[in-house]
Amino acid sequence: MKNLIKEFTKGIIKENPTFVLALGLCPTLAVSVSVTNAIGMGIAATFVLLGSSLIISLIRDFIPEKIRIPCYIVIIATFVTIAEMCMKAYSPQLDRSLGIYVPLIVVNCIVLGRAEAFACKNNLARSFFDGLGMGVGFTLALILISAIREFLGSGQILGQALVKGFEPIFVFGMPSGALLVIGLLLGLFNLLKGKKEGTG
Amino acid sequence: MINNLIVSGSPHIHKQTSISRIMWTVVISLVPAGIAGVIIFGFDALWVTLVAVAGAVLTELILGIWAKKKITVLDGSAVITGILLAFNLPSGVPLWLPIVGAVFSIAIGKQVFGGLGQNIFNPALVGRVFLMASWPKYMTTFAQPLRAGAGYDAITSATPLAILKEGKVLEHISYLNLFLGKHGGCIGEVCILALLIGAAILLIKGYISWHIPVTYIFTTAVLAYIFGAAQIFHGDWLFHILSGGLILGAFFMATDYVATPLTAKGQLIFGLGCGLLTAVIRIWGGYPEGVSYAILMMNAATPFIDRYTKNRIYGAR
Repeated sequence: MKNLIKEFTKGIIKENPTFVLALGLCPTLAVSVSVTNAIGMGIAATFVLLGSSLIISLIRDFIPEKIRIPCYIVIIATFVTIAEMCMKAYSPQLDRSLGIYVPLIVVNCIVLGRAEAFACKNNLARSFFDGLGMGVGFTLALILISAIREFLGSGQILGQALVKGFEPIFVFGMPSGALLVIGLLLGLFNLLKGKKEGTG
Repeated sequence: MINNLIVSGSPHIHKQTSISRIMWTVVISLVPAGIAGVIIFGFDALWVTLVAVAGAVLTELILGIWAKKKITVLDGSAVITGILLAFNLPSGVPLWLPIVGAVFSIAIGKQVFGGLGQNIFNPALVGRVFLMASWPKYMTTFAQPLRAGAGYDAITSATPLAILKEGKVLEHISYLNLFLGKHGGCIGEVCILALLIGAAILLIKGYISWHIPVTYIFTTAVLAYIFGAAQIFHGDWLFHILSGGLILGAFFMATDYVATPLTAKGQLIFGLGCGLLTAVIRIWGGYPEGVSYAILMMNAATPFIDRYTKNRIYGAR
């Protein structure tokens, strides 16, 4: 059981998909303009990760190796379609603001990467916790980046203005600001990791 | 002390130039443009410049101490970055704006890459572009020149290039006024006379060579002549040379030692590219002025240019 918990927690810090594995940076850049978008995308991606990791792990012995990628895509696309339909039904505004990045979860490197690197080689329980951990790690990273970008770029978080009289710094609402924030956070992450491992 | 003694074979040639000497000479060459900026725009220009320089110097000092590296503030390059950044700003900006810009210039534009000698881009332009993207309203509000004692806190006016971009007809602004800087614009870019005095100092001393500025200005002028007006070959090339940040950019920012090609051939290509991009942005692009973006884009192309204009090494295969 302890091993299973480890599969979950590794996705949060040690192998965080955004800051350590640097996967799925394109939707991260595009979606992290506001915290609501980030939470929505994170939940959708976690659902897709969980579902696809589970199914792929279950039928991993039946998928021929030479055509494994198209098979994974079909499975992942099924779950993304479910997620997209639910989003369109229950929160159409979120679907509108996420736009094309909801269907693009199909080719999100985190989902395909975990399928290829983990789910096709491990049993059901471990794949479940791995998918869950990666999804939660991705969501947390998205929330962190979008909190910074939304606050600096428009003076609000979750639509609530925080500091009175704050002049928004428009560059952070743009893709260039997104790259800046992600780059600096990556550097910070590496610095903290280095300090912890004693290599400074 | 032992590190100051150099042991080497002959010839033992000693040159007076060092990084500090060059940098501080550049600072001196920028003083005429600074004085002109203060005369034209008032003491606001002075405070903006001083604040930008202070921000740049303090950032480099603090980052150097925190990273436990050698303190390089005294070599003067941070001062140049501060001055050039200030010269690219309108005089009426709130004083926190040049500070934020200077911190960004030094921290992200220079130190993150490894300090002086390692930066890919001209740091002052990095800061200026960041400020333009972050606070476009402040960065495009220009004060009216030469309004001393008018009794108003601020009067705004448009720059000649902005008027041109909007398609309005320029009420005839004389070339002499453009040359002396009696029009709206950024602090250091308007007075061509003062900028040319500074450029002459650097050219005579041999600290910059003619390759980049001349090709840059020439290319922009040619393209402006051909495509600058509704009818081809009717463009006002002299207007394009004398307005905007072209002279400031061509002589002081496109000639940055670190971010530009090493060989003469490479520098000619660099000047050509800068001129091409500047003209394209000014004539067909969305912005009224393209100098900063043109120089930054060519800075990015510099390693590529360097690779293909390597001097042949004689005696080797």
